[in-house]
Amino acid sequence: MNILEVKNLSKNYNGFKAVKEINFSLEKGEIFGFLGPNGAGKTTTINMLTGLARPSSGAIQIAGEDGIKNIKKVQRIIGIVPDESNLYEEMNGFDNLVFCASLYGMGKKQREERASRLLEQFGLANTGKKLFKAYSKGMKRKLTIAAGIIHEPQILFLDEPTTGIDVENARQIRRLIQTLNHQGTAIFLTTHYIEEAERLCHRIGFIVEGEIVKIGKTIDLLQEAQKEYIMEFTLENEVEPLKEPIQKTFPGIHVYTIDYFHLRIGSPEKIDLMPFMKFFAEEKCLVREARIIRPSLEEVFVKVTGIEIDRLKKEKEGEKK
Amino acid sequence: MKKYIAFWSILGKDMKTYYLKPPNISWGIIFPFAWTLMFFLRSEGAVEIREILPGVMSLAVLFGTTSMLSVTITFERRSRSFERLLLAPISLNLLMLAKTSGAIIFGILNALLPVIIASLVIDLSGINWMSAILSIIFIAVTSTFLGLFISVSASEVFEAQTFSNFVRFPMMFLGGLFLPLERLPLFLRFLSYLLPLTYGVDILKTAINGNGIIPSGISFLVLVGFSLFLFLMSINNIQKRWIY
Ligand SMILES: Nc1ncnc2c1ncn2[C@@H]1O[C@H](COP(=O)(O)OP(=O)(O)OP(=O)(O)O)[C@@H](O)[C@H]1O
Ligand SMILES: [Mg+2]
Repeated sequence: MNILEVKNLSKNYNGFKAVKEINFSLEKGEIFGFLGPNGAGKTTTINMLTGLARPSSGAIQIAGEDGIKNIKKVQRIIGIVPDESNLYEEMNGFDNLVFCASLYGMGKKQREERASRLLEQFGLANTGKKLFKAYSKGMKRKLTIAAGIIHEPQILFLDEPTTGIDVENARQIRRLIQTLNHQGTAIFLTTHYIEEAERLCHRIGFIVEGEIVKIGKTIDLLQEAQKEYIMEFTLENEVEPLKEPIQKTFPGIHVYTIDYFHLRIGSPEKIDLMPFMKFFAEEKCLVREARIIRPSLEEVFVKVTGIEIDRLKKEKEGEKK
Repeated sequence: MKKYIAFWSILGKDMKTYYLKPPNISWGIIFPFAWTLMFFLRSEGAVEIREILPGVMSLAVLFGTTSMLSVTITFERRSRSFERLLLAPISLNLLMLAKTSGAIIFGILNALLPVIIASLVIDLSGINWMSAILSIIFIAVTSTFLGLFISVSASEVFEAQTFSNFVRFPMMFLGGLFLPLERLPLFLRFLSYLLPLTYGVDILKTAINGNGIIPSGISFLVLVGFSLFLFLMSINNIQKRWIY
């Protein structure tokens, strides 16, 4: 059953179309992710769904209510974690949580119990008395998430939950999101980390320049990717100028650059290494390494959006692992 | 849902994080204090202190409320914590009433300071306290909503402050605080009647010295009108500009 349904939702800012007629839904118990580069319209969408921005056109249904007309009613059952940790700097962690709980009409005893429990669960029990402004970035992020679920919402909106957070904290945050989801909270999150979307989300929508260019179950998207064979070359030269000549020499394959030195080649058939080595030799390029890549969501994303991986701030965690 | 819990929490939080903080207390207390002393010291005698008391009280309220609002609202807007309030399941009206109640109380307390100081030096008998207190409350409400209107029209703290000086200083001179309205040239007098403070000061003058020139009942009505107008305009502005 869908707990959230979005139909032809658009947002114009003085003629600029930030979000263009998007359609998607969120099922009960699901984690759905919006994956897209900067400025794609992720935050704008969340703002429209939570009542911080007024849609220019389209419809939103949340738990059977009209999410535009009855937004104040809807706000009782949704939790929001904004892209910036925006709790009160001059208040301590515990008081921040208690205050947020009070906004949902929770009684004194209930909100204090809930605040303590969340501090415990988020590993912040020892810093509950510290002022928010004295928190580290990771701690701030965790407390902001705790504040978002203080009233046990049915849907949680997370705008880039791990951006700018170190590896360990990001991992903890992901685990918390999964735990919440297991407990029954439907989750809508945005990210520009492909691996995060792949690991966390049951379904993913790729959003680029205000449009959802692809949407599907993560498994299906991966399966689609795995129909392709991929080879990655590490060169000693800049790879960008080689893209076109390669494409010309080997029609039927798909070439894309990862960064300055890395180039990938995708093909529906097994890739024979020799013709490529010959090609690079003729181009006077030194090949440092060539390896077979197990296709991941990254390949689907690049293929569908045409966006270079470089443009998405790529998460380093996956590589270290 | 128990909406009063949200209301009291917002008010309590503002009290704790802004109004009771030393820099703001000093602004709220030392400033009117210094002001009162300054006016009183250069008064010739008891009669004159009593004459200027309504003006000094109104000024204390006006400056106290408008400057606090630009802090509690514009500042929270900039740090984006204000978004939390907009995302809470309470109506915008209730939310803004909660955000302004602190300033109203602060303004009322500010007005007491000149009274206390005056009571030390002159005899304050014969004052219609009921009417005086009511008018202070009304002045506090109106000037708070004026401050609210300014805060929601500005996007930066300094902008709000500049804008509010633009409104406060004309009121200081044209509101009948120190220059009696009757002595103003006709076209300035006309301007005076467009300013809410004029009516508040006049009620106070009637209550303290019996020398107001507008019937107090009418002044109260006008203040209610100003308050409603400013509050509704502010809500309208918030809806248009902050829920973008
Ligand atoms: N209030 C606004 N007024 C005008 N344009 C806006 C406003 N808010 C967002 N935009 C524009 O809408 C587009 C989408 O912005 P949005 O913040 O939704 O992107 P995003 O996907 O969240 O990006 P990021 O990854 O940087 O957070 C951008 O081009 C942005 O400049
Ligand atoms: Mg964003």
